[in-house]
Amino acid sequence: MKVRVKFAKEGAMKFVGHLDIMRYFQKAIRRAGIDIAYSEGFSPHMIMSFANPLGVGLTSEGEYFDMQLCTAFPSGELVRRLNDTMVEGMRVISAVQVPDGKAGKAMSLVEAADYRIAFRESQPLPDDWRTRFTAFMERPSMVICKKTKKGEKEMDIRPLVYAWHFEDDAVFMRVSSGSSDNLRPEYLMEAFFEAEGLALEPSALMIHRMEIYADLGTEGRHDFRSLEALGQIIE
Amino acid sequence: MRKLALNDEILLQIEKPARYIGNEVNSVIKDADKVDIRFCMCFPDVYEIGMSHLGIQILYDMFNQKENVWCERVYSPWPDMDKILRDRQIPLFALESQDPVRDFDFLGITIQYEMCYTNILQILDLSGIPLRAVNRTWEDPVVIGGGPCAYNPEPIAPFFDLFYIGEGETVYFDLLDLYREARAGQWSRRDFLIRAGQIPGLYAPSLYETTYHEDGTIASFRPAEDGLPAVIEKQAVEDMSDTYYPEKPVIPFIKATQDRVVLEIQRGCIRGCRFCQAGMLYRPLRERNLDFLKDKALKMLDSTGHEEISLSSLSSSDYSRLPELVNFLIDECDRRGVNISLPSLRIDAFSLEVMEKIQDIRKSSLTFAPEAGSQRLRDVINKGLTEEVILDGAGKAFAGGWNRVKLYFMLGLPTETEEDQKAIAWLAEKIAERYYDIPKEQRKGKCQIVVSTSFFVPKPSTPFQWAPMCRKEEFLDRAAVVRREIHGQLNQKSIKYNWHEADVSVLEGIFARGDRRMADVIQYAYEHGAIFDAWSEYYDQARWDASFAACGVDPDFYVCRTRADDEIFPWDFIDAGVTREFLLREWKRAGQEKVTENCRHTCSGCGAKKYKGGVCYEGQSEVC
Repeated sequence: MKVRVKFAKEGAMKFVGHLDIMRYFQKAIRRAGIDIAYSEGFSPHMIMSFANPLGVGLTSEGEYFDMQLCTAFPSGELVRRLNDTMVEGMRVISAVQVPDGKAGKAMSLVEAADYRIAFRESQPLPDDWRTRFTAFMERPSMVICKKTKKGEKEMDIRPLVYAWHFEDDAVFMRVSSGSSDNLRPEYLMEAFFEAEGLALEPSALMIHRMEIYADLGTEGRHDFRSLEALGQIIE
Repeated sequence: MRKLALNDEILLQIEKPARYIGNEVNSVIKDADKVDIRFCMCFPDVYEIGMSHLGIQILYDMFNQKENVWCERVYSPWPDMDKILRDRQIPLFALESQDPVRDFDFLGITIQYEMCYTNILQILDLSGIPLRAVNRTWEDPVVIGGGPCAYNPEPIAPFFDLFYIGEGETVYFDLLDLYREARAGQWSRRDFLIRAGQIPGLYAPSLYETTYHEDGTIASFRPAEDGLPAVIEKQAVEDMSDTYYPEKPVIPFIKATQDRVVLEIQRGCIRGCRFCQAGMLYRPLRERNLDFLKDKALKMLDSTGHEEISLSSLSSSDYSRLPELVNFLIDECDRRGVNISLPSLRIDAFSLEVMEKIQDIRKSSLTFAPEAGSQRLRDVINKGLTEEVILDGAGKAFAGGWNRVKLYFMLGLPTETEEDQKAIAWLAEKIAERYYDIPKEQRKGKCQIVVSTSFFVPKPSTPFQWAPMCRKEEFLDRAAVVRREIHGQLNQKSIKYNWHEADVSVLEGIFARGDRRMADVIQYAYEHGAIFDAWSEYYDQARWDASFAACGVDPDFYVCRTRADDEIFPWDFIDAGVTREFLLREWKRAGQEKVTENCRHTCSGCGAKKYKGGVCYEGQSEVC
């Protein structure tokens, strides 16, 4: 049975990188006594895959991995067992069964993500920054230079922002995510500060990922569904 | 949420921030207001190395079992963090509470190798603790050192308030009780140290005095206060199956050097290799019983979720119930998808059979540690391994499908000649020939033999404590002899040769047998930028040369001399459990190329029998 686990990564855990989080969950699954499936071969490994790695320094309440189980557990039992062995800052939110096939491939499904971006207190902001940000977001295109392995690449990021609004002193945005057209929200904020001639301090942004989505829409229309919503509660 | 000592801006600009945040699975958080002693345990090297050390895990668990004691951890900040802490004057902090180390009652430092000495000063300095014990007050923690280098604490004596000689499971709580009494009774720090120095195994270096002869050797060493012992006796656990052992070891987030469950199956060694300090210090051999080990193994696997378990001991093959233990683990680990690793196994029919079950033969290699190339020199160092055993083991392994062999040797051993050095190449060649004796259609391509040599460093409390050590140039000449001889062998293409750095080995030798005068050199080097000397990218020979010159200390005095039989050594006041008479007897037998039998075969009267346990009493319980 294929199970999708949704978890949060907060507090000091934002300093633990993606590969180490994978190792952390492998050990947690053993501690929790969850009967996960292993690959064949001389050095078998757990059959599990993570969706869209979160960068060091970011927090999230919308992280996912899929795992293959040998024995069925009810959703509540899975969540409880994992949470009993989590450290502060790590929290399992849900565990749902997902079908085999495309809907069961967390990694390749990712098309969008929600972020909340707040500013650290030390970051100076002009009083009219909201007005200026609103005007900035009305531009039809925003071309940035993105560093890639092969050098620099020009990229228009405006079409990759699907929605945005202010949330208290923070900015909420839904952006394109996944293996193609992945938009890191800091690129957009950096572009705004640069366009306005404002200085952005290192690590001035506090970025929180809220959810990751698949896109079930057709013919150019988006129909975003959270990865969790593609599965079913295990009774 | 716990508050971190460092802000995001710092943590996001340094390498591996997870080294500094604590919060690991099985780490212990207590309410600081509800404990009366806060103990900070330190391994003075980078986090990934320090977190791999079993000793700290044992003591961390032992202390934290007490409700009124909170033991936390600290490791050496990597140079990037070191710089930030200095520039911004942020005091070094413990991982769990993130509180400054200086606010603790104790700072315990495990001293596993000599090349960490400057890192000890880094820890003290970044904590804001005066480097020299004489300058400390009750505003500072009691700084106590332990571990193998504490068996000659003199080169670093001025930096410590106390040293703990022996195994940490024994007298720590006596010290903690005394500390409570001292603080409640408002004793002076000096009075506390005088009383602490009377607890068996504890050494208060500031209360002892040394005088020297004109030739630089020690004339006398004695306590400067009444009531302090002239000899400090090593403390050892009597029953290894009735003592502290963690069931929930702390699991680092980042990959540590040892990312596995470690099961210490026994302590000590029966072999008596004359160069080996651990083999002398941890006597007598004491096995843990099978039920104890099975129980701990399962509990640790359950509480950690580690994917590997490793047996730990100096010579696992000497554990009397190894087959039962290994078969139990193979069954349990198979069910749990856990791997087993078995280091320090003798290559024989049993170990080959086990390895075939637990490893991928294609990926694994066999390891032999003959330590010396010729039988003559192996007799000198009392390494019982014969050429016949090595070739037979290699032959069996080749027949079983292995084709990779690692061989470990030392260069610069006492009495070593060019013939002995060349014999390293000849032994490698014979192993290769044994492989190519197998018919071509039955073997899997070429064999690969990797020969590695390190340089011999004489250590205190071993039979070779009297021996001279080579200078850098002599070491490198010897490595060149081996390299040339390997190139001259028929199967040289199957033999790869690596040798160790010579500079560091020489400095290690100076520290190992150094005296109190060395402390000035170490402090000078530290104050001129030396840290992480165990890391070749940070080791700077020129800086050390300058430090010796500036302090007027001659390295050759410590390196090149053959010591007289009756010379007073800086570490002579420490009774490491083996008598000086035994060590001297072994030194003489080495010169005569005479082998001494292992402890199970014949007792050689080393002195460790006084510890009332282990191999010294094996098979005698029925008789008594």
